[in-house]
Amino acid sequence: MTEIGLGHYLTLGVVIFSIGIIGIFLNRKNIIVILMSIELILLAVNINLVAFSIFLGDLTGQVFTLFILTVAAAEAAIGLAIIVVYYRNSGTIRVEEIDQLKG
Amino acid sequence: MIAHSIFFFSFSTIAIISAIFVTVSKNTVHSVFFLILDFISISCLFIMIGAEFLGMIMLIVYVGAVAVLFLFVVMMLNVTEQKNQWFTSEKNSSHIPIGLIISTIIFFELIIVISGWKYKPDLLNTSNLIMNNDTTNTHSLGKIIYTDYIHVFQISGMILLVAMIGAIVLTFRQRTGVKKQSYIKQISRERYEGVEVLEVESNKGVKIDD
Repeated sequence: MTEIGLGHYLTLGVVIFSIGIIGIFLNRKNIIVILMSIELILLAVNINLVAFSIFLGDLTGQVFTLFILTVAAAEAAIGLAIIVVYYRNSGTIRVEEIDQLKG
Repeated sequence: MIAHSIFFFSFSTIAIISAIFVTVSKNTVHSVFFLILDFISISCLFIMIGAEFLGMIMLIVYVGAVAVLFLFVVMMLNVTEQKNQWFTSEKNSSHIPIGLIISTIIFFELIIVISGWKYKPDLLNTSNLIMNNDTTNTHSLGKIIYTDYIHVFQISGMILLVAMIGAIVLTFRQRTGVKKQSYIKQISRERYEGVEVLEVESNKGVKIDD
């Protein structure tokens, strides 16, 4: 077994980040899964910050992880509220049927 | 060290597999469950490398609040029976291969960056080495959050307040035809609205239902 270093944690962060991005691009279901992919991306960023903080011996990374956690919670609450309102108005949250902006 | 390696690899494997299942599973409720598993394994990793406070906070905030919020919304919106349709878009499916290409490009760029990366030598011994073994992780975090980062901390509290008010305002809806208490009406009610004094003749009584 090799020694677990910073590179291992960064690789884990990269893999989870990429899975999150793939989940955003390839999603055909509903928007909730896209929000969950965004949570995965924020989780990967948190892994990076905590790993750097531990291996550099500087606590600032953990403080900023705390603030990222705050922002992630606020974003999830607002996003889910928007989804609930959209579902109430239009009756669907499928990704393909949300095309009112003609984008 | 061997135990550290074994735990790291097992937890990270669980995390990666459950992250994949978050995006590919057919049922949205299962996606939320795998998201919870992902958060738990990552917070175990955090606790293992010495960031105990963040690991516990991740358990509380993510598993206890965010994932349960997701679960509530998924179960409220009746979207669980929708079938998963990967790569089978009816209309415009042109963004799927482009999305795959961009995702793989991002993945390999990040891999290249972290594999060819090393510390700048004068960053290795920084002056702000706050971590020491005398105090616990929570203690030292609290010492710098409430002193050096107090403004950022209060701004994050304001963000949470704005998010709370925004979520309430967005989902609040005034329903019509629902019987509610009106406190103003109850308190400002006068005696003559409820009670009436009648002159009752003897042997006749009073007809109430007019």
